[in-house]
Amino acid sequence: MLMSSQQTPTHSIDISALGRSESGVDLNTAEICLEAKKLNLFYGEKQALYDIDLKIPKRKVTAFIGPSGCGKSTLLRCMNRMNDLVDSVRIDGQLLLDENNIYDKSVDVAELRRRVGMVFQKPNPFPKSIYENVAYGLRLQGINDRRTLDDVVERALKRAALWDEVRDRLHDNALGLSGGQQQRLVIARAVAIEPEVLLLDEPASALDPISTLKIEELIYELKDKYTIVIVTHNMQQAARVSDCTAFMYMGKLIEFGDTNQLFTNPIEKQTEDYITGRYG
Amino acid sequence: MMQKWIKSGQPWIWLSASTVSISLILVFGLILLIASRGMTHFWPKELLEFHYTERDGQASVLVGEFHELESVAAERLSDAGFELTDNQAFYDRMLLKTGNRDVGGQDFRWIVSKRILQQSRPDSLVAIERREWGNFYGYLQSIKEKGQVVVEGEAVALELSTRLRRALAIYEQIREVEKDEIGTINYGMERLRLKQRRLELDGEATAANVQVIELEREQYQLDYNKLQAKLVALYEDINRDSLTAMVASGQVVEISLAKMVRVYYPNAMSLPAKIGFYLSKLWEFVSDDPREANTEGGVFPAIFGTVMMVLIMSIMVTPFGVVAAVYLREYATQGVLTRIIRIAVNNLAGVPSIVYGVFGLGFFVYFLGGNIDALFYPEAAPAPTFGTPGILWSSLTLAILTVPVVIVATEEGLSRIPKSIREGSLALGATKAETLWRTVLPMASPAIMTGLILAIARAAGEVAPLMLVGVVKLAPSLPLDTNMPFLHLDRKFMHLGFHIYDVGFQSPNVEAARPLVYATALLLVAVIVILNLSAIAIRNHLREKYRSLEQ
Repeated sequence: MLMSSQQTPTHSIDISALGRSESGVDLNTAEICLEAKKLNLFYGEKQALYDIDLKIPKRKVTAFIGPSGCGKSTLLRCMNRMNDLVDSVRIDGQLLLDENNIYDKSVDVAELRRRVGMVFQKPNPFPKSIYENVAYGLRLQGINDRRTLDDVVERALKRAALWDEVRDRLHDNALGLSGGQQQRLVIARAVAIEPEVLLLDEPASALDPISTLKIEELIYELKDKYTIVIVTHNMQQAARVSDCTAFMYMGKLIEFGDTNQLFTNPIEKQTEDYITGRYG
Repeated sequence: MMQKWIKSGQPWIWLSASTVSISLILVFGLILLIASRGMTHFWPKELLEFHYTERDGQASVLVGEFHELESVAAERLSDAGFELTDNQAFYDRMLLKTGNRDVGGQDFRWIVSKRILQQSRPDSLVAIERREWGNFYGYLQSIKEKGQVVVEGEAVALELSTRLRRALAIYEQIREVEKDEIGTINYGMERLRLKQRRLELDGEATAANVQVIELEREQYQLDYNKLQAKLVALYEDINRDSLTAMVASGQVVEISLAKMVRVYYPNAMSLPAKIGFYLSKLWEFVSDDPREANTEGGVFPAIFGTVMMVLIMSIMVTPFGVVAAVYLREYATQGVLTRIIRIAVNNLAGVPSIVYGVFGLGFFVYFLGGNIDALFYPEAAPAPTFGTPGILWSSLTLAILTVPVVIVATEEGLSRIPKSIREGSLALGATKAETLWRTVLPMASPAIMTGLILAIARAAGEVAPLMLVGVVKLAPSLPLDTNMPFLHLDRKFMHLGFHIYDVGFQSPNVEAARPLVYATALLLVAVIVILNLSAIAIRNHLREKYRSLEQ
């Protein structure tokens, strides 16, 4: 409060130095993929999300930032109904995927999760071979044809920029890979089933800087095919990879907009305080 | 000083280390005791000849294997009618295996060392293992063929071994005909009888149908007559030769070669010959059928029955326990009810096994088996098929006895699968069941195997409930044979544990059987160890495959 907003603290983000394209996203005209309408979420008595209204544009990268416990992961996990696994969770409001409410009773959750893939914070490959990890989702759909699987596995691994590193040991155990490779394998596993949306829950937080960079490049590559939603602790990362950014605080969506605009010229005071590092 | 030592934790280390050592010493001591008592039984023992003064003062000659020495109070000996001249308080006496039960009426006798006049070990003493009346000890005299003496004197030993080989070969043939071929015919005839009875019960016993059965039966009868003729010829052949031999007391006996198993000269044997004899006896023990009320011969049917029962039990208990654990851990809402069920399951493991035996007899044998018989085997009535103790019911009884162990271990394993793995699978569009089936259960398989190992360890050693639901002293045929449908789950079977009880405590000839008890016990331990080791090997392989849990 003592400092004026012109005197930016040293660890604020110099958005122009990141080499981002100048063209922003106009949220009013963009094609919408996911839309939350008055979404409230309760863990038992405790409310975790308050009246979230949010439109996530198609084939763009949307980042959720905010301090720990602000509900960004919870919101992300609403989008493929991962929160269903938690007992005592209760959700009000709507979440529309291509204008259909995913919390409708008629929705097949497994089918939904096929359309909305997810990558978790800690790499979680199955204790199977690299090949079987990638083929897992296809086998679930009953695809067992060797030729098809080979093709899809190769394509998915290439898209996850992992093919060159593992092409000679596709049938080795996936647990023998490094953390960064495991995380890319998990991404390959998710893109192998051709989802429409890819949810990334702090995908690089357990990785070293070089692996992080690879993952970020990968996100950049993937966005022309998929709608990507990424939760991150790292504001630099959000600024680097995302087209739109949502700032959340205490379970509320404070501000949502084009990344360039949100990082350079935030509308809300709380956003500004957060991105300039005054709390977090 | 002392206080400092106590504070340093040294005494605690010593205490914990010593408890471990005591346990180890106990286990190895036990195994060593069983092994030393059991394994020496097959070693050929020397035959000793004694000139002895009987209790009534008469001189006699005895031949036997020395078994043990003990000292008795003089009073007890004089009570038994011995006239003792010198005034010792204690006398040594030794237990001799004198064999020749057909001559003397008993295998063993005690003799007082003091009254032995002379002791020797003549090389010409022969020991003959027979199919009845136990061992024979004495001197060879002559070989007779069809009642005529053909060989006498020195040449008898050599001739005996060639002729015995011939007799044993014929005996093998007879056994094959009697057990396998005639057994198959009997089995077929019995099936025909049941088939006919079934037709009668169904009201379809038309002349044509019965005609078909009659034809088949005639065929069997023809086969049977042929085999019978063959058997008669074989028996004539095997009874051709006989041996005359003299026992120590001078009596001459005649033994048919058909009744002999092996002939050996323990005092003249070289070390390699003794080792060969030992190995052949050992092999007989694990591969042959029992003889003479289980006190001689082998225990193969018991080994087979034990392993078979454990395998059938494993096949039944694993799916059952795993499915129950999956429901408890994965599907049931965790609450008071599941907690109560879990406590109940744990307590089930503590119920005395005989209670399971009684339950098995009442529920499985009489209720389930009885109803199965009434529904599916009415033609066999009043003879029960499944309504009587058998290997199926034994395995089932042991399966419910061990299912708590499998449930607990599986639950443990399921709870250790990280949430992230489940989420990863669900996020790829798997349903909960698919996730369980494709990822969680394979990863929990080492834990499931641990449960199975514990179950096997418990089941293989269990005897009490089995006595009620299927184990017998002597089973005429194995539960697995070449007759359709190969696996006969309704049959009774033999079991090593019960064999120990039977041989050791129910046998008419306890002295002879005692070393066998040790040998059988050792074998039972070995069987359990082998079963466990193979299960452990499988588990370790699985662990290696799904080792992500350690991360």
